[in-house]
Amino acid sequence: MTDIVSPLPGTFYHKPDPNSAPFKSAGDAVAVGDTIGLIEVMKTFIEVKAEAAGTFSDYAAADATPVSAGDVLAKMG
Amino acid sequence: MAIETLFIANRGEIAVRIIRAAQSLGIKTVQAYSEADAEMLAVRLADEAVCVGPAPAAKSYLNIPSVVAAAKDAGADAVHPGYGFLAENADFARAVEDAGMIFVGPKAETIERMGDKVAARIAAKEAGVPTVPGSDGRITADEALSVAEEIGYPVMIKAAAGGGGRGIRIAQDAAELARLAPQARAEAEAAFGDGGLYLEKVIVNPRHIEVQILGDGTGAAVHCYERECSLQRRRQKVWEEAPAFGLPDATREAMCNAAVALAEAVNYRGAGTIEYLYDAAADEFYFIEMNTRIQVEHPVTEMITGLDLVAMMLRIAGGETLPVTQDQITCTGHAIEVRLNAEDPLMQFMPFPGNVASLSIPEGEGLRFDHFLYEGYQIPPFYDSLLGKMIVHAPTREAAIDLMAETLKDLEIGGLKTTTPLHLALAADPGVRAGDFHTQWLEPWLDAGNLTATDAA
Repeated sequence: MTDIVSPLPGTFYHKPDPNSAPFKSAGDAVAVGDTIGLIEVMKTFIEVKAEAAGTFSDYAAADATPVSAGDVLAKMG
Repeated sequence: MAIETLFIANRGEIAVRIIRAAQSLGIKTVQAYSEADAEMLAVRLADEAVCVGPAPAAKSYLNIPSVVAAAKDAGADAVHPGYGFLAENADFARAVEDAGMIFVGPKAETIERMGDKVAARIAAKEAGVPTVPGSDGRITADEALSVAEEIGYPVMIKAAAGGGGRGIRIAQDAAELARLAPQARAEAEAAFGDGGLYLEKVIVNPRHIEVQILGDGTGAAVHCYERECSLQRRRQKVWEEAPAFGLPDATREAMCNAAVALAEAVNYRGAGTIEYLYDAAADEFYFIEMNTRIQVEHPVTEMITGLDLVAMMLRIAGGETLPVTQDQITCTGHAIEVRLNAEDPLMQFMPFPGNVASLSIPEGEGLRFDHFLYEGYQIPPFYDSLLGKMIVHAPTREAAIDLMAETLKDLEIGGLKTTTPLHLALAADPGVRAGDFHTQWLEPWLDAGNLTATDAA
């Protein structure tokens, strides 16, 4: 299991915009550098990228919720 | 009716600024805050504080029914919107007045009129304020050539139905215009189902100069001189000065008088700003828009005039006539303000909301730091990155730049990354020192590595 943690405090989003599908779903393959979510911090959107390859398990933080730096955002198998 | 209780519908440094002005006038203050802002400095300084909703601004500071109800429940008789959020929202101004309170700013109709680009341009023209030369509405390709001949090249061809920069072409001469106009028409037709075009003169490397005005709402207005705001990154001002430098006296006078004429023509109430593009090579200025609120950069005007603009807004809102006459408003020395953002300028200006581990603020003659920091304060990540503004005032522009550099070196904000290295590099730059810049100057300067190349970084 690998955790993807937030690099920054802010608001975490699963989707690139409210009308799109989430970046990843359970069972999706994840390559190094894949975007798995966005953190909105001070009106700026930062892409959260996977630093290891694996299989996406699930988001650990809910969509559009506040997160702190170091919080687990998603889990990979 | 003088204001007795003021509700502050904003956060951060401007909320602190408004509380201090209100206190100087003996006005009781009630501070609005979101769930993420319960610990902010303005909450601690105000007489009372009221939560207006959750962290996201859309659910708190931008929630008109919630803010108006909170102000009403708190027994406020006036609401100051600050800048940003609801400051230029006509519906908010109307809701405040409908609830029986005073909106500290212009009337809702004025906000609406000046917020509409076309209506604002018409109002400016009617008041005799120069606007960017262009066609009067839609034109054919043939008409475009004759209009361009009249206003001079380069010209910008824009789709009448356009937006978001689509359908724009720049032509340097008649041959190019003849070639590009049909292309622009075809693109506009394809994109918007409307091939209508209009033409505007391109102002090459303009400076951004703006005039601060105060109006009493009955047709009387004064100006408080101008500000130079040409150093911008992504259309955000980063460094502001007053007065503008190297401006011919006649031009300064014309800009200030035109601003007063427009403010008087629209019966402007409160503090406002008329923004111009200035073509230094041609010594021509053009109206671009009016800001119907107090601005981030108002302190530089306060430093050169000695006026308290926020206190004046409150007095005018309370029913006083203009507290100063034009001949009482003087311009002394030179002031500079730099915006300190919680960003790392060496890492593509990545936001850096941290905990204020330590804070040491230089004090002395000609120094002012408007901020909302204290040791141990955790900067919330939900709002913009402005931490504060360092403002200096000195007899000359050169001395002001020197003082800014010294002051920034002495300012210590522990635990955060800030844009201080950017301002130190700018203060050391020969182009900035010579006043040789315009609105398109800063980004190429950054791209060329000027920030990372300096010792300041």
